[in-house]
This record gives sequence, structure tokens and C-alpha cells, in this order.
Amino acid sequence: MMNSQGQAQGAAPGVSVHDRHGARSYLVGLLYAVPLTLASFWAATSPLVYAPAVPVLLATLAIAQMGVHVAFFLHISSAPDQTNNLLALAFGVFVTGLIVFGSMMIMTHLNHNMMSMDELMKIQR
Amino acid sequence: MSVAGEALPIEPEVPLSLRGPAPIRVVAGFGFWLFLLSDIILFAALFATYSVLSGSTAGGATGAELFDKRHVFIETMCLLTSSVTCGFGSLAVQRADARAMFVWMGATFILGVTFLTLEGREFASMVAAGAGPSHSAFLSAFFTLVGTHGLHVSLGLVWLVIMLLQVMTLGFQPMVGRRFFAFGLFWHALDIVWIGVFTIVYLGAK
Amino acid sequence: MLGRLSWSAIPFDQPIVMWTSATVGVVLATVFGLITMKGGWPYLWREWITSVDHKRIGVMYMILGLVMLVRGFSDAIMMRTQLALAAGNAPGYLPPEHYDQIFSAHGTIMIFFVAMPFVVGLMNFAVPLQLGVRDVAFPKLNSVSFWLTASGVLLVNLSLFVGEFARTGWLAYPPLSELAYSPGVGVDYYLWSLQLSGMGTLLAGINLTTTILKMRAPGMGYSRMPIFCWTALASNLLIVAAFPVLTATFAMLLLDRYCGFHFFTNDLGGNPMMYVNLIWIWGHPEVYILILPAFGVFSEVVATFSGKPLFGRRSMVLATMVICMLSFMVWLHHFFTMGAGADVNGFFGIMTMIIAVPTGVKVFNWLFTLYGGRIQYTVPLYWTVGFIVTFVIGGMTGVLMAIPPADFVLHNSLFLIAHFHNVAIGGVVFGAMAGYTYWFPKAFGFRLNERLGKAVFWCWFIGFYLAFMPLYALGLMGATRRMQHYSDTHWQPLMLVALAGAIVILLGIGLTALQLVVSIRQRRQHRDQTGDPWNGRTLEWSVPSPPPAWNFTEVATVQETDAYWHSKQTAGASNPSSNAIVDMHLPRNSPVGIFLAFFAVILGFALIWRIDWLAGIGLIGAIVVVLREAWKTDLEVRVPAEEVMAFERAHGTRLAAGRVGATPGARS
Repeated sequence: MMNSQGQAQGAAPGVSVHDRHGARSYLVGLLYAVPLTLASFWAATSPLVYAPAVPVLLATLAIAQMGVHVAFFLHISSAPDQTNNLLALAFGVFVTGLIVFGSMMIMTHLNHNMMSMDELMKIQR
Repeated sequence: MSVAGEALPIEPEVPLSLRGPAPIRVVAGFGFWLFLLSDIILFAALFATYSVLSGSTAGGATGAELFDKRHVFIETMCLLTSSVTCGFGSLAVQRADARAMFVWMGATFILGVTFLTLEGREFASMVAAGAGPSHSAFLSAFFTLVGTHGLHVSLGLVWLVIMLLQVMTLGFQPMVGRRFFAFGLFWHALDIVWIGVFTIVYLGAK
Repeated sequence: MLGRLSWSAIPFDQPIVMWTSATVGVVLATVFGLITMKGGWPYLWREWITSVDHKRIGVMYMILGLVMLVRGFSDAIMMRTQLALAAGNAPGYLPPEHYDQIFSAHGTIMIFFVAMPFVVGLMNFAVPLQLGVRDVAFPKLNSVSFWLTASGVLLVNLSLFVGEFARTGWLAYPPLSELAYSPGVGVDYYLWSLQLSGMGTLLAGINLTTTILKMRAPGMGYSRMPIFCWTALASNLLIVAAFPVLTATFAMLLLDRYCGFHFFTNDLGGNPMMYVNLIWIWGHPEVYILILPAFGVFSEVVATFSGKPLFGRRSMVLATMVICMLSFMVWLHHFFTMGAGADVNGFFGIMTMIIAVPTGVKVFNWLFTLYGGRIQYTVPLYWTVGFIVTFVIGGMTGVLMAIPPADFVLHNSLFLIAHFHNVAIGGVVFGAMAGYTYWFPKAFGFRLNERLGKAVFWCWFIGFYLAFMPLYALGLMGATRRMQHYSDTHWQPLMLVALAGAIVILLGIGLTALQLVVSIRQRRQHRDQTGDPWNGRTLEWSVPSPPPAWNFTEVATVQETDAYWHSKQTAGASNPSSNAIVDMHLPRNSPVGIFLAFFAVILGFALIWRIDWLAGIGLIGAIVVVLREAWKTDLEVRVPAEEVMAFERAHGTRLAAGRVGATPGARS
């Protein structure tokens, strides 16, 4: 019923090949995701982490958690029938990165150069 | 919806891209995947705005002062668990197992409602404390980003109810199955967005 | 009860608006009256309004674009006339508040309601036919997309008669577009009509991307896909990636205006520069969304009318996908002067210059395709050659402004206006006209009048240069955009030349209408009997004109690029996979598109005028429509094999004649 072999143009995302493997996939995903989530919350509050490194650590953990979701819940992989799905995801990630980091870089520069009067007064002595 | 030239019996050596139009399930699934990616880009714009405006508190309350991490942790666990229950529910739909579907999708629904209730309470308490969205750019950005995610969760729950009604009235026909797939994709994607939200907004709050 | 709506919303004190509205009313009443008298509503409802056929929807998009071209162009003529008059102390005839609405409406309409419908319409019509498939991936969604676009059109046009339009320019920058400085309904009309049509466009982008990636004839791998489909793929990927940013940005501005948020306000931490940043993250990909399909049209036209395959096909595809990616990395060049500093400006300046390179590759490929070919000087080729010359000039002025110091002088001057009209008219409009002429016979079964077509071309070509070359000079002299009058009377002669150019273009638009009327009258003489009037190369020319609803009775496995050309060359060698004609299954027509649009207009209008109960009706109505549709199970129509057979026989096609391999009317 759920046979992705001989199928034209690849498989839909979120399709799992076999029932048992499918159920296992979700449980494994949960098994990875819970400790990663706990680690995130711990990293943000723990005094044991070097403070300037916290953002990077949080970002890494977040990416890992998202990866777990993509691989184990959405079943996106590098299999040949998932190529379209993976490329679309890559494009989406590319654009998202450009939007978020591009905006942050641009706005930081703009805010610095085009400071409003009350902000200027604040940095005057 | 019909397509020209349904996939012919094909030897496995023929590359996927040469086999003619894909079956409807693949087409519908991919189309919805593209829609989800567009939705993620919508969130990207909101994330970018939040990142840029998160410091613009206009002398008012900051995130560090307002946010309660334990609260957020419970919300996160609700959503993560609901992703797993949704996955089990999807498998039940594929098996046309109505009882299992109701159990797992019901659990998903309850977890989703719990998430929304917690979030609603958080919003209400912030507004009551004079930290509503119209008080600063930071607050506008916060309420919009987190609120849009919450709106998506709400719409997802409505959609889930409709899907359960569809199964009850139309049975497990292919059309209903495709729509359940789409719902599953949607629900998982919302959890992915939430990872971004709790990391950047709550854990990253200064 | 009626929110902010009252009788004062109707601009009784503005004669131009009142006369225009009266005329529009008379025209609409006449058209509707004629249709009613001829009993045409059942036909229109059944065959067009509720159609989910990509060919019909494509035609409707083109009609929408052509009609809105008239409105957008009247704005242009009004502006040109005003500027021709308002030199020195002369005030002209348009007060500033009115002039501001006109240039805002002109830009908004031309980009969103002329260029986008043209481009989406052409892609809708041609892509499934070129791919050898029955329809797009989601035919009902296609209808919804069209009708949502139409609902945006309706709202924008309503703003003329009830209320006002935005005075902020076509991108509505804050803080001017915030409630404090634009307290009227103009900006709300702008925002809601674009949110609605933007949703339609996004859905169309998803639809066409899915179609191109997941639905192609057997054997048509990516390397054998027609070049127009490649450019359509790039354009639709950009739609899927860029339009959500527009939706989000407009939503934030709406939250500012309606709920007192502070994203882009001057106070409480808002940052108007963020709006500019976000809107151009959408805005730059948008112009590539418009131009890439035009490039695709030119590639098809150049190959067909040179009788040669497109030169450098692989580099063409590569250039297209490179442009697709790079178009997301140049957006800051629209606001060099906003103050990001030399480092940031330098990066984006260089990226902007880099993106000119793949475009240059394309131009050379077109030229090398023409070189050594047996050229047929048809109207589409006229548009193509005109495009190559004009677009190169426009591209060069763009690269000039990509250099930040130069842009500091030229930003928001008439030089900028001349540049983007140069590429928009020379690229998008010429491409739309080429595609219109090229695919018209396929859509309607007869060709357009060639002589009038050439006259239309010359009017647009000459008119464009007359209208915009003076603007380059004026920009260098210091004239700015969006100005209602100017004090330096030395500029006036150039403004007069520009007005003359606009009038020549107006003549071209009139001739387009005339060409349509004449061609319909002469349709029997110019009938396309064979389905292949141009000796074409791609699969759409292998079906009759107009194609049957099911497009392809049988789909042979594609062996090569330019699949149809090769099947013509090897006539007799390639057999169809089977000669048995089967029942065809088509998606059933559905009124969901127009019903959704109806409630969308109600919702939009109610939100604009702050009429809460009406907004509720609109929202609930839309939800009910969607739910009703969700429970429909009878979604297909069966066309019996006998009917298909009868159609094939009537068109004297190869299949019916039973002569294997013979292609009627083929010229090789």
C-alpha cells in the first residue's frame, strides 16, 4: 500500500516506507529531541557555560533539534526519491538564512550610521 | 484531479525524472511541502524583524524581565510530544485504523490545546502588566512572532477537527488520506518553527 | 454601523474622477447588458468563470492584464501631461494630493495587476502544453489564484470611486504610510488588495513549481524540458520564496495601522528602515519573477524563428538558475542611500554587477541562435530584436547605478525611472507582447493580423524611446521622481518629447485593440489548421489549435530536447505507444474560485472601512465556501473515448487518419 518503488518523480515528504519502521522513526526522533531540548534550556541558564559561547551553543542545539525533526518526523533524506524535497528544503533554508542574517547585518549598520537623536544624545558624554 | 499518462510499469533503471507525471499523492505532498517552505519564509521575515527590534524596548520591559523559562519548557514538551503522537496518528490513518487514529490524534489535539492555553495565559499576563504589543517595538515583534505561531497552531487544531470529521463522514478515501498527510507535515513544521522561537526569543532573551 | 464609510467617501468634488467613474460605469453596464441580452451568462459561467482549465485561466489572466494596462496607462498619460505643463510657475492641472495618488496607483497597477497577470497568464497557458501534460498540478487552486488576483483588481479600482488611494508611492514606505501620516483609507486599500492578490500569486507559484517538477511527459527529464519551462521554474521558485516576505511585511504595517503596534513607527522603538529592508527583500526577486519568463519567451521565439535549436542551451539553463539564486543577494541596491555604509554598500554593489553576467550570457546565446539561422521576420521576432536592443541599454544603466557613489547622485531621480521603465517595458512588456502573439493561434485557432502587429510594435518601440530617453537626460540634470511640478523651464522641452512618446505608446495600445477586433473579423483567413503555424519545436505545437480540454490524446515518450521538432524530422520512425484511444478524465469545473473571491472582496472592503460586522460576513462566507468544497467527492468529469475519437477525426489528425507517422501540414 505504501510502496515507493517504481514511483515516478519521487516520494512525498512525510511518507514512511513501512509501518513498523515508521513508528520506530518517531520514537527515535523523540529520544534524540528530548535531551537536545533539555540541553538548550540548561545551556541558557547554567553558569557552567562560558557566556559568550552560549548563543553559538544554543544555535547548534537548535539546528540539531530541527535536523532531528526533518529526518525522523518528515523523513527527508538523501535518498533518490527525496531529491526534490531536499533541494526545496535547501532553497528554503538558503533564503531564510539570507533574510535573517542579511537583515541583521544591514540593520546593524543602518542603526549605527543613522542613529536617532535621542540615541546620539545617550552616547554623548 | 487527473493527470495525463499515469505512471506506466517501469523498470527500476529508469531515472525518477523520466517516468512521467507523478501519482497524485506525490504531487499533493510536494505542493504542500512547498507551501510549508513558503510559510517558513514568512516566519523568517518575522524572525528577522524580531532580531532587529528585540532591543527596542523604548525604556519599557525587556524579554529577560518578562519571560518564564519553566513555562516555556512545558510548552515545548507539549509541542514535541504532540509531534510524536501526530506521527503515530498518521500511521494509523495509513492503516485505516480509526480507533488508533482517534486516540493518537486526540492526544495531539489535547497537547495542542494545552500549549495554546499556556501561551494565552502568558500573553494575557503580559498585557495585564502593561507590556502589551502596542507599548514598544520589541513587544510588537514578540507578540507578532509568537502570536503568528500560535495562530498557526490554532488553525492546525481546527484543521485536525475537520479532518476527523471528514474521516467519520467520508471514510478513509485517498483524498482524505492525502489531506491527513498534509496536516502531519504542517504539524511537524510548526514544531520546527517553535524550536526557533523558544531558542531565539525565550532562551536568547537578554 | 458602516464604520468609516459615508457619503463623503465619494469624491464628488473631483471632476476627473467622477467623469472616469461614470464612464467606467457606462462601459460595464453596456458590456453586462450585452451579455445578458445575448444570454451569454450560462456560457460564461460554465466555460470561463468556473473553469479550472489552465488554458482558460491563462487567457483570463491576459485579459485582466490588458484591461488594467488601460487604467495604468491612463495614469501615465495624466502624469506626462501634468509634467509637460507644470514648468516654472505653471501649476499644471493636477493638484499634488491627486498627483500623489496617480503615481502610486500607476506603479501598483502596472507591477501587480498588469505585469504579474501577463507573466502568470503566459506561464499558465504554455507550461502544461510544453510539458506534455493535461493540466497544472492543482487545477482548482489555479482558479482560486486567478480570482484572488481579480479581487485585488476590484478593490484597487473601487478606490477610485469610493474613498481614495495611497499617496505613498507603489511601495508605501513608513512613516508616511503609518496611520499618523496617512490617516485615510488609501493605504488600507493598497495593503488589503495586495494581500489578497499576493495570496493568489503565492498559490500560483506553488502550483506551477509542483507542475514543472512533478508532472512532465514520460521521458522528459530536466535536460529535455523546454527553456520556457526552465525560466518558469526559476520564476515560480522565486514567487514561493519571495511573496511570503511581502505578506509578512504588509501584515506588520497593517498591525501598526489597525492595532497600534510599533514595527515601523517613529516612536516607541519602531524602525521604518526595517520596512524598506524587508520590502526590497521581496521587491528585487519580484522583478526577476517578471523578467525570467519574458526571457523564456524570447528563447522560444528566437529558436523557432531561426529554425535552429537554441544556442548554448545548457549555459542558458545554468544562467537562469544562477540568476534565480543571485536575485536574492542584491536587494540593498534599492536603498544604497539609506545609510548602511561603504562596506555593506560595496558588497551589494558588487553582487549587483555580478548578476548582470548571466544575463549577458543569455543575450549572447540569443544572438548566436539568430546567427546563421533561416530567419522568419514575424511579429514575435520583431518584439525579440526590439527587446535585445532596449533591454541591453536598460541593463547597462542598471549596472551604472549599481556603483554606490553613482547611485548617490542618481537615486530617486528621473534617471532611475528611465532605467526601470527601460527594463520593464523593453523586457517584460515586449516579452508579454511576443508571447501573446506567439501563442495566440494556439489559444484561439487563428493568427493575429501581422501588419497591425508590426504597427503595434513600432508604436511601442518608438514611443518608448521618445518617452524615456529624455528622462535619462533629465535625471542627470537633477530632476527627481514623483514631482508634480518643477521650476527649471529648460526641462520643459524634454518633458514635451516624453509626452509625445507616451502618446505614441497610447496609439500602440489602441492598435492592439484594433488588431484584436480585425483579427477576429478575419479569423477564417488566418485560421491555424494544423496546430503548428510557426513550424514550432516544442510539444504545444503538436496538438490542434485550440487544444481539446484534455490537451494530449496520447503522449509519446519524449526522446530529445525540442521534442516536437524531432518527431517531425523523424516522421514515421517514432510510433505512439499505443493507438487505442481511451476515456479522458478531467477535473470538474468549480465555482470555489469566484465564490472565495466574492467573500474576499467583502472582507477586504469591510476591513478597509472598518465595518466589523461585514468583515465577519466575509470571513465566515469564505470559510463556508472552503468547507463545502472540502466535502465534495465528485471531482472528475469523464470524456468518453468516442468523443475523443470524434474530436480527433474532426481535426484530421494523424491519430484518426490511422496513418502512422504522417504529420499533417508539416514543413521540414
